Amino acid sequence: MNTGIWNYWVVVFLMMAGLYVVMAKRNYVKKLMGLSIFQVSVIMLYVSMGKVTGGTAPIYVLDGGTPAEGIVYSNALPHVLMLTAIVVGVATTAVGLGLIVRVREAYGSVEEDVVTEQDRAAEAAEARDFAEAGP
Amino acid sequence: MELLITVTLFAFLIWMAVVIGRQRDLFSASMLTGIFSLICAGLFTVMDAVDVAFTEAAVGAGISTVLFLATLALTDERERRPEHTPLAAIGVVALTGAALVYGTLDMPAYGDPSAPVHTGVARHYMERSWDEIGLPNIVTGVLASYRGFDTFGELGVIFTAGIGVSLLLSAGTPELTPGAPPPPPKSRAPYVREMPILRTVSKALMPYILLFALYVQAHGDFGPGGGFQAGVIFTAALILYGLIWGPSAVEAFARRRLVERATAVGLLIYGGVGVTTLTLGHSFLDYSALSPEHPQHGQHWGIFVVELGVGITVSAVMLVIYYVFASRPKKDVSPMRQPLPLLGGACVGDVSTEDAEADS
Amino acid sequence: MKEQLPVLVVVVPLLTAPLLVLLRAPAAVRILSLLAAAASTAAAVTLALTVEAPISYHLGGWPPPIGIEYRVTQATAFVLALVTTIATFSLLLGARGTRSEVTNGRTHLFYAAFLLCLAGLLGMVVTGDAFNVFVFLEISSLSTYALVAMGRRRRAFTAALNYLILGTIGGTFVLIGIGLLFQMTGTLNALDIARHMTQAEVGGTRTVQVAFAFLVVGFGIKLAVFPLHQWLPNAYAESPSAVSSFLAGTATKVIYFQTMRALLVLFGASYVFGTLRFGLFLGVLSLLGMFAGSLAAIYQTSLKRLLAYSSIGQVGYLTLALSFGSEAGTYAGLLHMGAHAITKTALFVVAAAIVSGVGTDRIDALAGLGKRLPLCAFAFVLGGLGLIGVPGTAGFVSKWALLEAALADGHLGYAAALLLSSLLAVVYVWRVVEVMYFRQPPPDAPAARGLRGYDWGALGPALVLMVASILLGVWSSPITGYVRTAATQLFRGGL
Repeated sequence: MNTGIWNYWVVVFLMMAGLYVVMAKRNYVKKLMGLSIFQVSVIMLYVSMGKVTGGTAPIYVLDGGTPAEGIVYSNALPHVLMLTAIVVGVATTAVGLGLIVRVREAYGSVEEDVVTEQDRAAEAAEARDFAEAGP
Repeated sequence: MELLITVTLFAFLIWMAVVIGRQRDLFSASMLTGIFSLICAGLFTVMDAVDVAFTEAAVGAGISTVLFLATLALTDERERRPEHTPLAAIGVVALTGAALVYGTLDMPAYGDPSAPVHTGVARHYMERSWDEIGLPNIVTGVLASYRGFDTFGELGVIFTAGIGVSLLLSAGTPELTPGAPPPPPKSRAPYVREMPILRTVSKALMPYILLFALYVQAHGDFGPGGGFQAGVIFTAALILYGLIWGPSAVEAFARRRLVERATAVGLLIYGGVGVTTLTLGHSFLDYSALSPEHPQHGQHWGIFVVELGVGITVSAVMLVIYYVFASRPKKDVSPMRQPLPLLGGACVGDVSTEDAEADS
Repeated sequence: MKEQLPVLVVVVPLLTAPLLVLLRAPAAVRILSLLAAAASTAAAVTLALTVEAPISYHLGGWPPPIGIEYRVTQATAFVLALVTTIATFSLLLGARGTRSEVTNGRTHLFYAAFLLCLAGLLGMVVTGDAFNVFVFLEISSLSTYALVAMGRRRRAFTAALNYLILGTIGGTFVLIGIGLLFQMTGTLNALDIARHMTQAEVGGTRTVQVAFAFLVVGFGIKLAVFPLHQWLPNAYAESPSAVSSFLAGTATKVIYFQTMRALLVLFGASYVFGTLRFGLFLGVLSLLGMFAGSLAAIYQTSLKRLLAYSSIGQVGYLTLALSFGSEAGTYAGLLHMGAHAITKTALFVVAAAIVSGVGTDRIDALAGLGKRLPLCAFAFVLGGLGLIGVPGTAGFVSKWALLEAALADGHLGYAAALLLSSLLAVVYVWRVVEVMYFRQPPPDAPAARGLRGYDWGALGPALVLMVASILLGVWSSPITGYVRTAATQLFRGGL
């Protein structure tokens, strides 16, 4: 058990708050908000890993054209990975919101329960129509 | 001091996450989501991740929020009251959270310089990138060269998002149905006239934001920034303009067809560098092939060009996404309220009935 | 040129997609995308035929673990060849079954999304870098969501949206898993991670256990392992023909391959099946999936949904093979992955041909199809036999290997369950066959229209795939020999 991990616990809480919104809420827009909170919190997890105590941003401090000696930098690699993750996050949000707009146009609602209910009704109607028209 | 800032910001985040979860007014919730991102960006800065902070601020607090608002303008702004307590979700989340906390127990402490993350491959980047690549910003070197293929894939993700959103939302817009009567002119004038401050400020700010975007593009080698951030800022300026003057004002400046093509051009520039190094007999994206005598010069050239490709595709895709959202007519099946004027969603009555027909 | 093949397999479709956006003209777009898929197939097949020792390709010229590595072994080359071939056949279906807006000026975007999806899947297979897997996973996922939504009915939108939400949770779980592994090992290269994992101060930690759980759940969602399968039936049933046949043959298969690599290479068989005793847990879930999928398939009223539920059952077979934690199980899993990919793609292509002829995929509407469209009905029967695993089909060869693997480890219960669930497959295939051959066609149905009456653009590829699956079933030794060496290598943690 070590003591320097409390901020990971905060990050876990934030991740779970996002995940909870995705899973518990029935409104699609709200679900996507939860998804983006979830993703940003995962980014926080990675960025936390990259921190070095007493370090500075991973940009060489130049001293006469060469990097100065004795400066501690935080780790650049998690930062690079998370730039990609941010892009993935916004890309997913954009496509998801596009889908939500189409769902709203097709069903008149963005509530999962309403949409599911309509699908169920349409399916029942389809089966009934077929039974009537069939032999 | 740093600890105090961290704790305060974290406390804000927790509070904000809870409020977003409980808030049923989706307009407020999306603004809060934007603020959540902004506070995260602040925390990233405290954790020395300036490039990530920069991007998160531009994307999470900027572009994402605009997209959420645009969606709300086309859908509904209120969430329905939930019917029952989501016990299953509580269970799953509690279990997942407990698993994660259990997993943190063996982690190296926050900031520990001897953690494997710092002594593994990253050490090579931190110690050798000045000699091998020669750029002050280590992030740019890793991003564009050591892990340049990841960034190529990342550009692929963005391009895919542009394709996906266009596929979903550009159909049915007037541009696509030749022969259809032109849509009624969308008059922005009333809103703009009512907001002289916004109008003046937006016009005055535009050149500076665009200039700043170019600076960020060119300066990514030396400071935080690069193609991705520059692209987002560039488009953010145009979107800001569009929010106030209407999307058609932006389209007059950056024609839609042209922007659509630009999404492809950026990716092709990036891939083109790879194909060039490949035909020179080196690996894909091995920039040293561009200047065999001075591998460092090759790296500089390669990184410059691929960052340009990133900037072009990112800004073009963001703009395309904004266009298709902003020009989507609001098809109101059950009219709840007027669309938000500032996002340019005009109410158009003609509803394509394909969806309804196909399902019956 | 030959040493560049590993990267060309992925880059050709990935860079053709933006070219399509520049081209726009539908006819040119169709031809160019087919050419790209065919070129990628050629590269993959060449790799599969020539690879002996693992090929390591250093992207950016940086040796691993500094840079990203592409790694071609017999196993990866096998999957690459499979995916590219299926993509080419699916592309032949074109824009069948899409909403009108696609054919109305959006064809280039549809094909571009298709090629991006292909490139994403291929990139995941060939890369030897854990984070690179995530990036390409997201390329393929995002394009899939958009493609699924292009199905004709409005239900395609909800199917795609639910898939997006679950899929993103899955992808993010994978990202967390990779992050925790990175935290403990300091590297992202798969083989380098595996090397670190053997050290007690890494492999024995609770963090690594949790990383394992997150990777497994993340991939499990994408793989549609019971009970994480809810997204699959609608996504497959509502998507356009080319998309459903492509996804059915590749998406879950590529994820299955990733899961295999995560278990056998990253963590290692001794850790997963020895230390964690994961085999029993996975075995039980597999059984549940096999029966739940097959039972649900029996009660479906639409052909595509029936095939989709059958896929959930088949995923159960795949994970069951993996759960044995043996070399024979790995072999059976790889083999069944290939056999089922071809069979299921062929069946979805047949379904497209049937929909073209009948206008719907409701099973009731297929009455008398044996008389109205005999070739379609016949092709479906062939595919159905493959699903059941009747001798003479590729499905038999792989199911036999599965049975052998189960018996070799003394899992008599699993073996019995395999036979029992094959009986369920007989039931759901027979239900359709019964309607097609033993029910009178509706009086208003058009009479047999001769060879001209078929949608050859769909039936042609379907018949070729069916014949291929029969040929592979009868003349299986070259493939089985190849897969056996691939499985041996994979099981020993080689990548």
